[in-house]
Amino acid sequence: MLKEITCIGCPIGCRISAVLENGEIQSISGYSCNVGKKYAQEELTAPKRMVTALMTVRGSRHPLPVKTSQPIDKSKIFDCLNEIAGHTVSLPVHIGDVVLPGVCGSNVNIVATKELL
Amino acid sequence: MRKVDLLIIGGGPAGLAAAVSAYEQGCRDILILEREDTLGGILRQCIHNGFGLHTFQQELTGPEYAQKYIDRVIDYQIPYQCNTMVIEITKEKQVTAVNRSNGLQHFQAKAIILAMGCRERPRGALAIPGWRCSGIYTAGTAQKFVNLEGIMPGARVVILGSGDIGLIMARRMTFMGAKVLACVELLPFSSGLKRNIVQCLDDYDIPLLLNHTVVDIAGRERLEGVTVAQVDPETKRPIAGTEQYYACDTLLLSVGLIPENELSRMAGIDLCADTGGPSVDENLQTSVSGVFSCGNVLHVHDLVDFVSEEAAKAGAKAWRYITDTLDKNLKSMPIISGFGVSGAVPQKIHVGNADQPVTLMFRPKNVYKNAKVCVTAGEKEIYRHSSRILTPGEMVSLKLTPEALRQISDAENLTVKVEAS
Ligand SMILES: Cc1cc2nc3c(=O)[nH]c(=O)nc-3n(C[C@H](O)[C@H](O)[C@H](O)COP(=O)(O)OP(=O)(O)OC[C@H]3O[C@@H](n4cnc5c(N)ncnc54)[C@H](O)[C@@H]3O)c2cc1C
Ligand code: SF4
Repeated sequence: MLKEITCIGCPIGCRISAVLENGEIQSISGYSCNVGKKYAQEELTAPKRMVTALMTVRGSRHPLPVKTSQPIDKSKIFDCLNEIAGHTVSLPVHIGDVVLPGVCGSNVNIVATKELL
Repeated sequence: MRKVDLLIIGGGPAGLAAAVSAYEQGCRDILILEREDTLGGILRQCIHNGFGLHTFQQELTGPEYAQKYIDRVIDYQIPYQCNTMVIEITKEKQVTAVNRSNGLQHFQAKAIILAMGCRERPRGALAIPGWRCSGIYTAGTAQKFVNLEGIMPGARVVILGSGDIGLIMARRMTFMGAKVLACVELLPFSSGLKRNIVQCLDDYDIPLLLNHTVVDIAGRERLEGVTVAQVDPETKRPIAGTEQYYACDTLLLSVGLIPENELSRMAGIDLCADTGGPSVDENLQTSVSGVFSCGNVLHVHDLVDFVSEEAAKAGAKAWRYITDTLDKNLKSMPIISGFGVSGAVPQKIHVGNADQPVTLMFRPKNVYKNAKVCVTAGEKEIYRHSSRILTPGEMVSLKLTPEALRQISDAENLTVKVEAS
């Protein structure tokens, strides 16, 4: 299977293509430096993203911004968002508080990114 | 009339960093005036991550980045007034502000730092035909509704312009359950970061239509759809026969930012046509003595880290002005934007007895590959740096050393230019 991605290592944005066989990279081309090669290897085999979202706060009109404590598998983004949407927190909340531990059965926590008192 | 040493207008990242830095230099009589009900500026609504990589070597969200500075303002007990809008400043550094509890307030400051930020270019500036129906917002306004109020502006979205705020809103709207149909860009390249194109558009299969624009808007009360057409890359004119209709209830505009300089104009401060902000020298002092400027009101930045760095300098220099230790009456030399350079800041420097490096920033006018950035004074070149790529979406920031500046103290001007290969 041929896959194409854009490198985000720098503004050049090289188009990198790779041949994948059962999730393993057989050949890879198009990058102009090692940053791109490394990025592509990770991005093509186990892409991860930080997720930021909003959580409902009991008794408050304003939502609480939250983020994943570390990047999660790209395929889990929408599961993660759904779980966050189904959750509420109570005041007060401080930056860094874990408001939802182990999202989607992973070891990644959802933490608050704002002080809400 | 209340007297204050340093008055800072705007409590966003620029105002906060300026206050912290002035305090750390020794200034104890500071007042920050902010028209919103909390400090933090635009960062309060930027809940995505990616802030602070330069300053804190970690990836923070907007509110987290702002809080780091707010905590220091509180630690140092620097006074601030929220819900307070500055409505007038004068050359004599008198400031008038209004708020609900105090009514009109008058201040006499020894120095002022302008840190009012910028606002988005509105629809009126674009001349798209159609009714003034609801459903058309700037991307930043939509960001404010969604992230601060938890209100969704619509369910089917088209984005005009591919600036970073628009790209980030494409992802946010998708996360909130909306369908983003396309991101439409007039130019042959996006002004947004590659990272945002990949992680906000590509990840969710949202097409980026380069060399395209919105040519018509359907709907009278509420937006019903937009017509998008391809444009000729040379003339920017729509090409007949390429029209495509997208049924949608929301159009987000992400077509540029304009520094907020109504107050600066009122004080008779010279503005620069290229940046839309005040003309400043290397101390970030405007044409009115004792009035300094930093952040997005000076020129639109893409990275908040650069805003904080610039603001810290404004704070320190304002304190030197207050204590009468800022160099005065030195000969100044204009900085000219040469080929490929748009809006170099500062606009002039005093080279007489340069003892610190001078930071020069500008936006490239176009995309240049394997280009060089050069600074020359007459025949003499004092700076040269090769870059594999320069794009309008990423500001160039360079430092001129005191040694380099001393070499050219007799030159008429300095020119910054791009040498494209
Ligand atoms: C909608 C939007 C989204 C952005 N997203 C990003 C992003 O994702 N990442 C990034 O790095 N940068 C982003 N930026 C750029 C961002 O603006 C800067 O990084 C940074 O916030 C600029 O700081 P500032 O203090 O100069 O301006 P601001 O943050 O705009 O702060 C200016 C403050 O001054 C106050 N003010 C203005 N006029 C008055 C007055 N007359 N009286 C009293 N107070 C006043 C305002 O209320 C505001 O709080 C964004 C900008 C905008 C407009
Ligand atoms: S491969 Fe290297 S040169 Fe190409 S975009 Fe990535 S980091 Fe930049």
